[in-house]
Amino acid sequence: MTELAYIRNFSIVAHIDHGKSTLADRLIQLTGTVAERDMKDQLLDAMDIERERGITIKANTVRIEYPAKDGNTYVLNLIDTPGHVDFSYEVSRSMQAVEGSLLVVDATQGVEAQTLANVYTAIDADHEIVPVLNKVDLPAADCARVREQIEDVIGIEADNAVEISAKTGIGIPDVLEAIVQRLPPPQEGDRNAPLKAMLVDSKYDPYLGVVVIVRVIDGVLRKGQRIRMMKSGGTYDIDRVGIYRPAMENVDELGPGEIGYITAQIKQVRDTRVGDTITTEKSPTPKALPGFKPSVPVVFCGLFPVDTNDFEDMRDAIEKLALNDASFTFEMETSAALGFGFRCGFLGLLHLEVIRDRLEREYNIELITTAPSVVFKVHTRDGAVMDLHNPADMPDPGLVERVEEPRIKATILVPDEYLGDVLKLCQERRGIQEDLTYAGSRAMVVYDLPLAEVVFDFYDRLKSVTKGYASFDYYILGYREDNLVRMSILVNDEPVDALAMMVHRDRAEMRGRAMCEKLKELIPRHMFKIPIQAAIGGRVIARETLSAMRKDVTAKCYGGDATRKRKLLEKQKAGKKKMRQFGKVEIPQEAFINALKMDS
Amino acid sequence: MTEDWQNGGFGLYIHWPFCQAKCPYCDFNSHVTASIDQSRWCDAYLAEIDRYSARTGDRILDSVFFGGGTPSLMNPDVVAAILERVRRSWRIANDFEVTLEANPTSVEASRFRGYRDAGVTRVSMGIQALDDQSLRGLGRLHTAAEARQAFDVARSTFDRVSFDMIYARQSQTLAQWQAELREALSMAIDHLSLYQLTIEPGTAFGDRYAKGGLRGLPDEDLGADLYEATQETCDQAGMPAYEVSNHARPGSESRHNLIYWRYGDYIGIGPGAHGRLTEAGVKHATEAVRQPGAWLDGLGQQTHETLETISGAEQAQEMLMMGLRLDEGVSTGRYQTLSGEPLDERALTSLEDFGLIERTDERLRVTRQGRPLLNAVLRELLGA
Ligand SMILES: Nc1nc2c(ncn2[C@@H]2O[C@H](COP(=O)(O)OP(=O)(O)O)[C@@H](O)[C@H]2O)c(=O)[nH]1
Ligand SMILES: C[S@@+](CC[C@H](N)C(=O)[O-])C[C@H]1O[C@@H](n2cnc3c(N)ncnc32)[C@H](O)[C@@H]1O
Ligand code: SF4
Ligand SMILES: [Mg+2]
Repeated sequence: MTELAYIRNFSIVAHIDHGKSTLADRLIQLTGTVAERDMKDQLLDAMDIERERGITIKANTVRIEYPAKDGNTYVLNLIDTPGHVDFSYEVSRSMQAVEGSLLVVDATQGVEAQTLANVYTAIDADHEIVPVLNKVDLPAADCARVREQIEDVIGIEADNAVEISAKTGIGIPDVLEAIVQRLPPPQEGDRNAPLKAMLVDSKYDPYLGVVVIVRVIDGVLRKGQRIRMMKSGGTYDIDRVGIYRPAMENVDELGPGEIGYITAQIKQVRDTRVGDTITTEKSPTPKALPGFKPSVPVVFCGLFPVDTNDFEDMRDAIEKLALNDASFTFEMETSAALGFGFRCGFLGLLHLEVIRDRLEREYNIELITTAPSVVFKVHTRDGAVMDLHNPADMPDPGLVERVEEPRIKATILVPDEYLGDVLKLCQERRGIQEDLTYAGSRAMVVYDLPLAEVVFDFYDRLKSVTKGYASFDYYILGYREDNLVRMSILVNDEPVDALAMMVHRDRAEMRGRAMCEKLKELIPRHMFKIPIQAAIGGRVIARETLSAMRKDVTAKCYGGDATRKRKLLEKQKAGKKKMRQFGKVEIPQEAFINALKMDS
Repeated sequence: MTEDWQNGGFGLYIHWPFCQAKCPYCDFNSHVTASIDQSRWCDAYLAEIDRYSARTGDRILDSVFFGGGTPSLMNPDVVAAILERVRRSWRIANDFEVTLEANPTSVEASRFRGYRDAGVTRVSMGIQALDDQSLRGLGRLHTAAEARQAFDVARSTFDRVSFDMIYARQSQTLAQWQAELREALSMAIDHLSLYQLTIEPGTAFGDRYAKGGLRGLPDEDLGADLYEATQETCDQAGMPAYEVSNHARPGSESRHNLIYWRYGDYIGIGPGAHGRLTEAGVKHATEAVRQPGAWLDGLGQQTHETLETISGAEQAQEMLMMGLRLDEGVSTGRYQTLSGEPLDERALTSLEDFGLIERTDERLRVTRQGRPLLNAVLRELLGA
């Protein structure tokens, strides 16, 4: 139990790759929190996928003990938060659990879009902010320029920014001093008041069950206490109280201002709610924390097993994953094209990829992913409003009064020379320009864009037109009406439900033509010619014809080729599983996602 | 056991794995080497003949085929020794055929008499193209004039001479090929093999193609047109296709290759040689070590050759894949006996509706329209 005055709780905010994880490693290392021999890179990124992609998906925390120059030993609690836009709502919630932030900016790059988004979240959470300029070991580091940028673009003082190299260790002691001297201790906290703790995040551990990260505000958390989650109503007996250093370590108690974890025989992550107030059942706190809205999925897609026999395994796998990720939703879906599968909802595209990768990798199920779509609000003539998660469910146009779609505000930072391409891309995606300013040689553009135009390949396109130099962040603005219709795709006169999509009426012909051309390349020739059409309602708006196959024969085949031919046939039989049959036509699985990629 | 003659025949394939130079399109097991110890090779072939004849000596041999590689690099006395041993080891069919693949250079032509005296009855020459520029493009060592001279020597030495052409080459137009084909037909005696150039992985052409090189190859539609034109021109010249790429005056088909396509039995001797041999009612696939050095050194050892049992269902598949290449098609009864199941009636009906196959009482054959789509037909029939 530490006195409030000697506690500092903080997070690190940074654009991806600016050095957040490396800095965290150095802080842990310099304070001897982890023995030298146990040190490995990116200590806080626990999941394989996190390490591999260098991203953080779940909040992590670590306690560091630091003997400061003033002679006192301080307890520093770092909460590491996800840095990706998909999880920005999670970030904003975790930030409520700490009082300050280190703002890490790569001194060779300067401020980027996620720097902005994350630092604004920290400012919203009333954080004290210490700017840290990283990578000063590199010759390209330009601290003076980046200081100026922080002041101009973000509007916070950067005079006393700490210059460091998280790689070589330069300046790390100064960071520790700055944390102690410049960040405030926890403001309130009465050890004798009824327990009031914030549920910061929770994750599933195969040995311990659900592990809940908590921040104590008032009172004390101890093993054996019977606790109540005030929002969800669940009551549990605490069987373990501990801290991360970053390995788990049991402690007797957690007092006001402290951050650690508890386990309490909680079965599923779904039973816990981020932001919930934890109190004791015996003497509950009179005033719960305000709590948070649960995060809502914004991107939906269908996931289907490549091998239809894998459906039951896939159901098990999805259910297991969902236990540990409350923000991911799923419901069964049947597609004429793809058979049985699930329509799943995600916080964003990265979240989608992470879940899909985990299903494929950890559960060994090969998947077909249909085009991601957003949730449209469809107002029907009878006055009802439906949430449309799947274009295939769009009611008959005659019944629809209007359709609304989610819009986002996107901030893009880009070097001057690529600005034109970025503006063109945003216009093509039905964007409305809101702002265009300069920060040094970089332009900052703000666009109001339909989310539907962004969820698919916007980020890839942005990267490719700017050679990777643009950074991008967004938040959701809300719903707005537009002239949106469902475009169906007919292959050999049969509608393919998995290829249906919502499009803007003015762009429907163009999208339809692009889709038909793409499909013509993606579907192999058959023994007959195949019309490929895009239609709105009953009206065909684009059409291509895939000619019949004319030649597929092996020129030479003698005695030595019989084995080879037979083995090839076996391979083709296996490959056939990856085809989906529509009437007489076979469509390869990649076609479902590749058909939507726009090249220009 | 049913007799060989009822099941496609019985042949011997001998693989000679050496060439003067490696052609850029070729994925055959052929190697270029500084010196070849021909007598050691000869002994090795003889030993293999003994090993196989000990198991099959009671059978009637229909054919021997010297393939390569470039068997016309073999000393005639090696060929003679092999054929001599063959005649001592098996009973020989009345119309016994002995084919040797020859490259059309003057050096090789000088050995033709020797081959004839050794017992070779038929040569198959790799002429490939009739103009020098195309020959250079194919990486061939001979000129068109040299090839014609070698061909003349061959036809004056042997009764039966066939030659190979490769078409659908880079930048070759339909009109150019038709002219070249007519010229080839005017030279041809009674047999001609016409192959569309295939880009094989692992060859020099394959690598260039994978890197985006090798432009001007025909697309599917031109390939189909070239094939179609080839069929028409050859039909008119009285040399219809009896197999996808092989044309002959009726009665002059290659007996040896017919054994493969009719899914008969054959022994394969030499590096990388394949065989199909039925013994005590079980059909095996044999495959010898590919590397010439390893093959020679490993002679008589277990690892020299792999042996795989081919199940009835697999035999049925192989028989269909080989047999539908032939104009005569396959026996559906034989398919069903091997497979234990009849062919998928739905696939058959749909292919018939498309006009790609024909059924006549006991036989199934691929039509003229179906032949260029044979792989697709086979996938449909075999469920791939
Ligand atoms: N040269 C140099 N490289 C650094 C420094 N800090 C981090 N890096 C490198 O920058 C990359 C991204 O760092 P990381 O800590 O994973 O960034 P994060 O995405 O913000 O967590 C890694 O390759 C690090 O090794 C530094 O001070 N100097
Ligand atoms: C065993 S090979 C050649 C024999 C001999 N060494 C020669 O090159 O003349 C038999 C025939 O297959 C044909 N061939 C080889 N590779 C080919 C390819 N990639 N595409 C088409 N035909 C090919 C050639 O016509 C060749 O003559
Ligand atoms: S095509 Fe004939 S000569 Fe050329 S490498 Fe192949 S086997 Fe040898
Ligand atoms: Mg990181």
